[in-house]
Amino acid sequence: MDFTSNYFEMFGLPVSYQVDLSLLSERYRDMQREFHPDRYANKPAQEQRLAVQYAAVINQAFSELKSPLLRAQYLLSLKNIEGQGDARITRDPLFLMQQIELREKLADASQAGDAFSLLEEVAEEAESEYSALQKVFDQQYSHSLFQDALETVAKMQFFSKLLVEVEQREHELDD
Amino acid sequence: MVLLQISEPGQSPEPHQRRRAVGIDLGTTNSLVATVRSGTPETLLDNEQQHLLPSVVHYGTAGEVTVGRSAYAQSSSDPLNTLISVKRFMGRGVEDIKTLGSQLPYEIVARDADGSSSKGMPNFKTVAGNISPVAASAEILRVLVERAELALDGALDGAVITVPAYFDEAQRQATKDAATLAGVKVLRLLNEPTAAAVAYGLDQGGEGVIAVYDLGGGTFDISILRLSHGVFEVLSTGGDSALGGDDFDRALAQWIAEQAGLGEDLGPSEQRQLLMEARKAKEVLSEQTQVNISVAGWSGVLGRDQLDALIDPLIDKTLRSCKRALRDAGLNPNDVASVVMVGGSTRTPRVRGKVAEAFGQDPLVNIDPDRVVAIGAAIQADVLVGNKPGDEMLLLDVIPLSLGIETMGGLMEKIIHRNTTIPVAKAQDFTTFKDGQTAMSIHVLQGERELISDCRSLARFELRGIPAMVAGAAKIRVSFQVDADGLLNVSAKELTSGIEAHIEVKPSYGLNDDDVTRMLKESYTHAREDMQLRALREQQVDADRMYEDLLAALNEDGRQLLNDDEYHCLEVALKDLDKIRQSENHREIARHIEMVSKTSEEFAARRMNASIRKALAGHSLDDVEKDV
Repeated sequence: MDFTSNYFEMFGLPVSYQVDLSLLSERYRDMQREFHPDRYANKPAQEQRLAVQYAAVINQAFSELKSPLLRAQYLLSLKNIEGQGDARITRDPLFLMQQIELREKLADASQAGDAFSLLEEVAEEAESEYSALQKVFDQQYSHSLFQDALETVAKMQFFSKLLVEVEQREHELDD
Repeated sequence: MVLLQISEPGQSPEPHQRRRAVGIDLGTTNSLVATVRSGTPETLLDNEQQHLLPSVVHYGTAGEVTVGRSAYAQSSSDPLNTLISVKRFMGRGVEDIKTLGSQLPYEIVARDADGSSSKGMPNFKTVAGNISPVAASAEILRVLVERAELALDGALDGAVITVPAYFDEAQRQATKDAATLAGVKVLRLLNEPTAAAVAYGLDQGGEGVIAVYDLGGGTFDISILRLSHGVFEVLSTGGDSALGGDDFDRALAQWIAEQAGLGEDLGPSEQRQLLMEARKAKEVLSEQTQVNISVAGWSGVLGRDQLDALIDPLIDKTLRSCKRALRDAGLNPNDVASVVMVGGSTRTPRVRGKVAEAFGQDPLVNIDPDRVVAIGAAIQADVLVGNKPGDEMLLLDVIPLSLGIETMGGLMEKIIHRNTTIPVAKAQDFTTFKDGQTAMSIHVLQGERELISDCRSLARFELRGIPAMVAGAAKIRVSFQVDADGLLNVSAKELTSGIEAHIEVKPSYGLNDDDVTRMLKESYTHAREDMQLRALREQQVDADRMYEDLLAALNEDGRQLLNDDEYHCLEVALKDLDKIRQSENHREIARHIEMVSKTSEEFAARRMNASIRKALAGHSLDDVEKDV
């Protein structure tokens, strides 16, 4: 398999932030049908080993294209842009304020009586910001504003982490 | 004659002979074996026309081992020598077992599994000596294999053995070890809920999201899958590896003990009897609304309401896991097209009722919940052994628990997150933290918690010979690879110097290779088949397979993908293999297999490249533009 081609080309998709997710899933399943190690269960050992490697790359590619955050990061890495986006958001006072507020809400929610509904509020706010940022990224990326796009990715990262944390708190409350 | 065939393109080799493959559900309470015959999967019966083999092993004073119903019959008269629910002990340390419940009617002795581990592997003290859970499981497997070999009239080519999706690496490894001890070739360890989904999915031809609710004797699993054109994609899994119908029995037994005014310190025999009474009562309540119980001079009436109240907290725990699994898959209950019930404990009406309520639909129960897992495993075994060429079915499974390594401060750094589709390969870079540091210890962990003390320790190894540098200058890449069986390989490499270390993860509570060898030797005494013969047969099967495959491959596109020299080289290697595969020397056969494998490596890679070009040829640029 051509490991030098990018993930989009692997699935026969155009290099773009906007991805037809159902088409992606369909292509993914087609590829796995072809290369999953189970398809090589009766083949010589080295074909089996190759199949494991190929299937792992296909899985990796699929998971990166599927996730709005990882897809954004991947697109920037194709442009050789990596790293320091968070340096710029720490200078964005509005964003910082919002961060602090949400974090406080999250901390309070864990102790409150109606913890679940408070957590739900935090999650909703984070989710709507997260999806708004995805639109912003799409604009910036398609206009080749890569440094701005990098900053947007850093912001997306923050909300994605927050959403994971909300989920963890919910698990803890469950147990 | 054979060479003529090779050089004649388009000629296909002999059709593969139908291979003997089975699916084995190695359950906590009962075990089963199934196979696909004439296209239909079926569970195999014993000579008393029973599908279920109780997962009970009894060790007698004269060294005789009985398995199944006759063993179960001795469980209250001879509790210490009758091992029940050993699956709950698979891959566990003595410390873990203490948390499984204080009322174990066994004598457990710790035995160091690998010397380096401070926590020993638990053994049951019996008249036949100390018995590990792995050895007891192997006894159960032996009986099932024997049943299958009788029914299929010959030695098995392989088996798919099911495990709870929630089993960690150590528990999976212990299961594989049991199969090795029993002399069964494992084609795949398959997650039980996935097996059930396969049985239902292929039976009903349904598409869409399937939730599999699997409540067995000792474990609970929930899996969310998507079925699309024969591809089963596991979206998320969750559950509890220490919660099941046995806990219903225990809750009920405790209630009975309280009602009957029995004290806390019952002997092993009374405990067993109480548990058996509880289980009987529970089973009656699946059919009736009340049951009479009499125990130790006390008698009373138990209503279904009372049972429901006792088990509700346990059922609620399973429903919380369901919610979590759905959330992990990014779905809501109303996205679920069908709910599949697996495991004997889903016969309890309260369980069905509460699950129906949680998913807003009646769960599917039309395949016997005791048999559905074995049936799914048999279907997968049939595919993996090569009886079903073609592309009707593919399983894309996930790892149930995150994998990572220990970093500074006793924290777990996740490298592969749970619910990641396997196979998977991931790498992460680390660095040294002291000037002149020349070694780095890699501690491989599994679990979701931050502190390493809350995670399961799988393995430790060291990367030595790092050139002395200032702190932070070395770049150590740690790579994790999980294959389609869910088994892990870890390697570490210092990038500036190229120094490398590698480990195949053998979890601390599995058996080490010496243990397996020793136990295999011990089993010689009552082995039905000489191991040498088995090894020879296995090598012959492998050689035959390789011969046929390579022959077919050469015929198919050897001429297109190889130059004359390469083609000739492979032809000669193949001819040698053909000669040697009929000999009686299994080492020589193995050597040739390895040789042919090396010689044909490049050819294999080219073939796979050719097939990806074919796979992608369907998606031309036109297509891509149309799709946008």
